[in-house]
Amino acid sequence: MPMDEPKGCEDVSEVKMPQLGETVVEGTVGRWLKQIGDPVEKYEALCEVVTDKVNAEIPSDFKGVLTEILVAEGTTVPVGTPICVIQEAAVSSETQAAKQDSPRFSPAVLQLLQKYRLDPALIEGTGINGRITRKDVMDYVEAASKITAVSSTLSENAGGAPAEAAETATGARSGTVQSNGVIPDTTLSVDANQQYPVHSDTVIAVSPVRRTIAKRMLESKQQVPHAWMMVEVDVTALARFRDKAKEEFQRKEGVPLTYLPFFIKAIVESIKEFPILNSSWAEDTIIIKNDINVSIAVAAGDALYVPVIHKADRQSIAGLAHSISELAFKARNGRLTPAEVQGGTFTINNTGAFGSIQSVPIINTPQAAILTVESIVRRPVVIESDAIAIRSIVNLCLSLDHRVLDGLVCGRFMAAVKGRLETMGTQEVNVY
Amino acid sequence: MAIRTYIQAITDALDVEMALDDSVFILGEDVGKRGGVFSATAGLIEKYGEERVLDTPLSESAIVGVAIGASMAGLKPVAEIQFADFIFPAYNQIVSEAARIRYRSNNDWNCPVTIRAPYGGGVHGALYHSQSVEALFYHVPGLKIVTPSTPYEAKGLLIAAIRDPDPVLFLEHKKCYRLVKGEVPDDDYTLPIGKANVKREGDDITVFTYGLMTHYCLEAADVLAKDGISVHLVDLVSIRPMDQQAIVEAAERTGKVLIVHEDNKFGGVGAEISAIIAEECLFSLDAPIRRLCGPEIPAMPFSPPLEKYYLLSASKIAESMRELARY
Repeated sequence: MPMDEPKGCEDVSEVKMPQLGETVVEGTVGRWLKQIGDPVEKYEALCEVVTDKVNAEIPSDFKGVLTEILVAEGTTVPVGTPICVIQEAAVSSETQAAKQDSPRFSPAVLQLLQKYRLDPALIEGTGINGRITRKDVMDYVEAASKITAVSSTLSENAGGAPAEAAETATGARSGTVQSNGVIPDTTLSVDANQQYPVHSDTVIAVSPVRRTIAKRMLESKQQVPHAWMMVEVDVTALARFRDKAKEEFQRKEGVPLTYLPFFIKAIVESIKEFPILNSSWAEDTIIIKNDINVSIAVAAGDALYVPVIHKADRQSIAGLAHSISELAFKARNGRLTPAEVQGGTFTINNTGAFGSIQSVPIINTPQAAILTVESIVRRPVVIESDAIAIRSIVNLCLSLDHRVLDGLVCGRFMAAVKGRLETMGTQEVNVY
Repeated sequence: MAIRTYIQAITDALDVEMALDDSVFILGEDVGKRGGVFSATAGLIEKYGEERVLDTPLSESAIVGVAIGASMAGLKPVAEIQFADFIFPAYNQIVSEAARIRYRSNNDWNCPVTIRAPYGGGVHGALYHSQSVEALFYHVPGLKIVTPSTPYEAKGLLIAAIRDPDPVLFLEHKKCYRLVKGEVPDDDYTLPIGKANVKREGDDITVFTYGLMTHYCLEAADVLAKDGISVHLVDLVSIRPMDQQAIVEAAERTGKVLIVHEDNKFGGVGAEISAIIAEECLFSLDAPIRRLCGPEIPAMPFSPPLEKYYLLSASKIAESMRELARY
């Protein structure tokens, strides 16, 4: 099938050797009247042509600039042979404008740009006038995803081994985690500086600590029937007392006087009253623990540690403050001993430290309950004399293993804790 | 399987169905002793007798009108319109009666008539022997319109049309009759009316066409393939019902759509295809929808150079495909 040469969108046009007379088959370029770079009007003479019949001037078919002379003076070429190239002026400026000033995108391209959040300026358009086609975007996305895949493999290989080694050497459970899995952005930009860094997902290798947390949380949530309750406690008096006492305490003891030891004290005393809270489900039996070993949650880096204040019931508020401070310090520095993280019988989590006012904790198995101390918030509340007062209010949340515990005993327990906390500070508290 | 021409496949379908079903009969101008102007019915009067192969007067309204009446009385007529150009005297019967009787009679009556009509140009037939009439019918609900492009589809769809309980306008591009050959099974088989056919898979542009243009488009796609441009080509086969799902799937595949038909552009089948695409998958489009169609003049010219200018060709199609691929 005869096919025409592709035409259409070029902004350059060829001028061909014309047929000057019926029987003429070739012509000789005599003299170029225009030189490369000269502007040419339509129908303006470009060159002289000599044939065996006539001598004639060849007019330009286009307005533009002469950019190329294809046939030298004195050369004879067949009719139809391109002799020069004209860059068409109007078309070329239009093309520039279309390309630079007002990029227009097809619906398909717009949708893809949005989907992959791409900057179109970084995609090379292969369509007409440099238009970005759907294929261009797809090719770009494919190329970018390959680069991302390669770099993530690289970083896993490079980062994985040393991180493991460091961990084995120091026995550290944290600190290596962050350096382990995150794809370094530099790899991307070094590999392909023209490529726009696609917002790819960040892949983090699971550290041993994280894996342990995941396993235990999953087990607890799957195996323990969690029930939950919350009480609201007015700690205005306690807050006043603490404010009054904290500076001297810090000076004398060298550790801050936080609210947590007061809460632990009140909770531990209430556990004494309701020892079933300090127990474990053991399938055929329920074991009520003799010692009250309070696990406290300490966040360090991206991991969570739960050191234990052993025999918390034998400690004063000051003693608890010291224990908390020491354990938190050790946790944050990876210095906890196995003994210090074992043997917990009841967990208290100070979620108020994060600003939370309500949470639903997962029980730290095999314990039977976990209690969170939420943020202390100053709120307008109705007090006894039907007046409204601004009070310091805290929520205490309890998740309980419903195999062991019921609402009744837990409600009484929470009421006991509440009662203790609300009387704390109404008279002088002995922190020792 | 035997290799048959398109016209042989038509004859074969009529023969097979007449042998199987006594209620099938043919009527039209010169379909009997002359065997049809294109010899589509050649040999059938000898085989089935003049009661089942009726030569009619030159009256299309009568041919279709009689066929409609016979079909409502339980027969399965296959009416031949000698050239689609002559179908207009029967337009009233086809549109007002055949297409609407089921609806009008609240399902009490139906009209299992098949109307065969050779259409299209490229045979130096000029004004009255070259027209494409599909756009004048495809607007009408109640009417099925098929225009197969291969002998295999022609036979399977003609049998399906005869067996269909409702009126089917069976359009045969007359240039396909002897130009297109292909394998055709001897036995009776049917193909579903309303299903488009992906003739060729590709990723750069999607082309919708039907009838003779399917073959030109295939030829053009072959040329473009040599330049690394792959064409996804869909033969509609059925104009009504139109295979919307196939249209949307194919359009979404490349986002660049060219519709090719010999009939003129304005209000043609391509207008409906592009409307479907605009409604269903605008956000998959990567280029304005293009239509490459016949020019907006009243009819096919007789002058050979003008006929050539009027008609689409593989090279014209290839050029249009290339422009779209470049877009």
